[in-house]
Amino acid sequence: MLKNKENLALKIIIYIVCIFLAVLSIMPFWIMIVNATRSTTEIQQHAISLLPSNYAMNNLKILLGKSFNPARGFINSLIISVGATGLAVYFSSLTAYALVAYDWKLRQPFFSFIMAIMMIPAQVTMIGFYQMVYKIHMTNNLWMLILPAMASPSMVFFMRQYLQPSLSMEIVQSARIDGAGEFLIFNRIVLPIMKPAIATQAIFSFVSSWNNLFTPLVLLTDQKKYTMPIMVSLLRGDIYKTEYGSVYLGLTLTVLPLIIVYLILSKYIIAGVALGSVKG
Amino acid sequence: MKHKKLGYAKYGYLFSIPFVIAFLLFSLYPILYTAVIGFTDLKGLGMTSFHFLTDDPFRNFKAVLTNPSFIKALKNTVVLWLFNFVPQILLALLLTAWFTDKRSKVKGQGIFKVLFYMPNIITAATVAILFNSLFGYPMGPVNDLLMKLGFTDSPIYFLVNKTVARGVIIFIQTWMWYGYTMVILISGVLGISPEIFEAAEVDGANRIQTFFYVTLPNIKTILLFTLVTSLIGGLNMFDIPKLFLLGGPDNATLTTSVFIYNQAFSGSYMYNRAAAGSMIMFVIICILSVIMFQILKDKDEETLRRQIKQQQKSYKIKQKELIKEQKLQTASVTSQETEALAKEEGEGTQNVKE
Repeated sequence: MLKNKENLALKIIIYIVCIFLAVLSIMPFWIMIVNATRSTTEIQQHAISLLPSNYAMNNLKILLGKSFNPARGFINSLIISVGATGLAVYFSSLTAYALVAYDWKLRQPFFSFIMAIMMIPAQVTMIGFYQMVYKIHMTNNLWMLILPAMASPSMVFFMRQYLQPSLSMEIVQSARIDGAGEFLIFNRIVLPIMKPAIATQAIFSFVSSWNNLFTPLVLLTDQKKYTMPIMVSLLRGDIYKTEYGSVYLGLTLTVLPLIIVYLILSKYIIAGVALGSVKG
Repeated sequence: MKHKKLGYAKYGYLFSIPFVIAFLLFSLYPILYTAVIGFTDLKGLGMTSFHFLTDDPFRNFKAVLTNPSFIKALKNTVVLWLFNFVPQILLALLLTAWFTDKRSKVKGQGIFKVLFYMPNIITAATVAILFNSLFGYPMGPVNDLLMKLGFTDSPIYFLVNKTVARGVIIFIQTWMWYGYTMVILISGVLGISPEIFEAAEVDGANRIQTFFYVTLPNIKTILLFTLVTSLIGGLNMFDIPKLFLLGGPDNATLTTSVFIYNQAFSGSYMYNRAAAGSMIMFVIICILSVIMFQILKDKDEETLRRQIKQQQKSYKIKQKELIKEQKLQTASVTSQETEALAKEEGEGTQNVKE
């Protein structure tokens, strides 16, 4: 009897805490979205309101009247994220295949090397990277934000851990007997085997590329090349100091696509986080 | 057949080439270049030519290490990381214990996980500016809420207060990362063989005992993984301190990454100082990761060494017993015994190897 009561009490505590945390996750975004539809005067009178107003279009006019251009930022971010993700996924899979399928002398040293460089953060290389890119006059070239993704050590590590148990060399052998070349075998047989791992890694690569502020902030000086996070950072500037509604709308425009995509893919994303930890 | 195998080996090299070239161009060369710049006089907007410092090669490093802003930034970075990591890991552990406990069977776990993880996916730059607006003065949502609830009569200018500014950044970091940590820990717990939990239940262990004596020791590796990745991420914290209050008030939220960025890309564009700062951070990160992996490695080795010692001990005892027996028994019997002993010895070394 006592045990049941204890159980019930614990359960109530668990639900209270969880609901509180869930509200905490939603509230800031809810306030943001609602305030995006309210006028600056309304926000100044009452900054919290659960119900939207009808000033969204007005706010949008003010927002776009200044240097903020979400469509441009969206397209630039999309180009960089898609390009970087594609390169990262393809070449990480290729490198992982080289590590798993072939018996070469430097295989083990190369794998240890990849493990060692996995933890190097991009920030510590930035000054040299900026100087290098500046010297060849490529600072406003989006390729400089895409190409480095070809070498993603942690993704290679993940792909190798995935491929190691799931690749059967017999299939590869029979394809060889049928006369398929090694590169064709990788593209036609190995890549499809790796689909689940590729999907997981693609999502995370895309998100981290999309959200990256540091590298674009250092390299891009041309307003036409600005990515979404840099566009967001403009909202912090003086020109929007008193336009509360517009700032909230600008933030909403950058967050909404992410939230929608997240809610659609959430099942896979959560599973992907879990998978990454077990394999990694 | 053997010849063919050798023929395939070249594809191992061939398929690794793109990765290696990209790494050399976009990671290794920039790191070495950064290190070199740290020893030069390279500064000024758009400058690329430089001279090595001949009088005192380490001048930039000394200048950075004695710069009070850098020291403050380093302290801030450590404080901000530590005070967000501890509550984050505790909260994640608590939620993990609740969500994986068979006896409480929390419903709606899927929705909770999705919501707890959500802040992690949102652009950090957006989150920083959103929280700056939420704590706005005189009329931000937080002030509005506090006044409505009657905690205060007049609006509070939160963000001029150093402690509050740091506190909000710590809150943002915890809020963004506890869900991620929780999902990872839960997957770690689900990876533990259920038999261990059944055995604990049979032995009459209660929830708390099970958690501390079964669950925690079994997710040690994952905890270390979380610690290392969080530490390296924390030492490079940039987006939120940069955009939330631009490092202010009075450098209270200045982190080393923001310091390095400001050195290189504002004011007098001191690329050399920024490069020296980057290298100092790189060395700190390397040392910390090596120490942490060593801690884990040593423990495993220690248990192995202990096992070896135990086996040696039992072996010695056996030997002594055998010698005693030898003295008592006849020569023919002893030869059989030594054979058995040799066999045992072989098994012993095998065990050690395992």
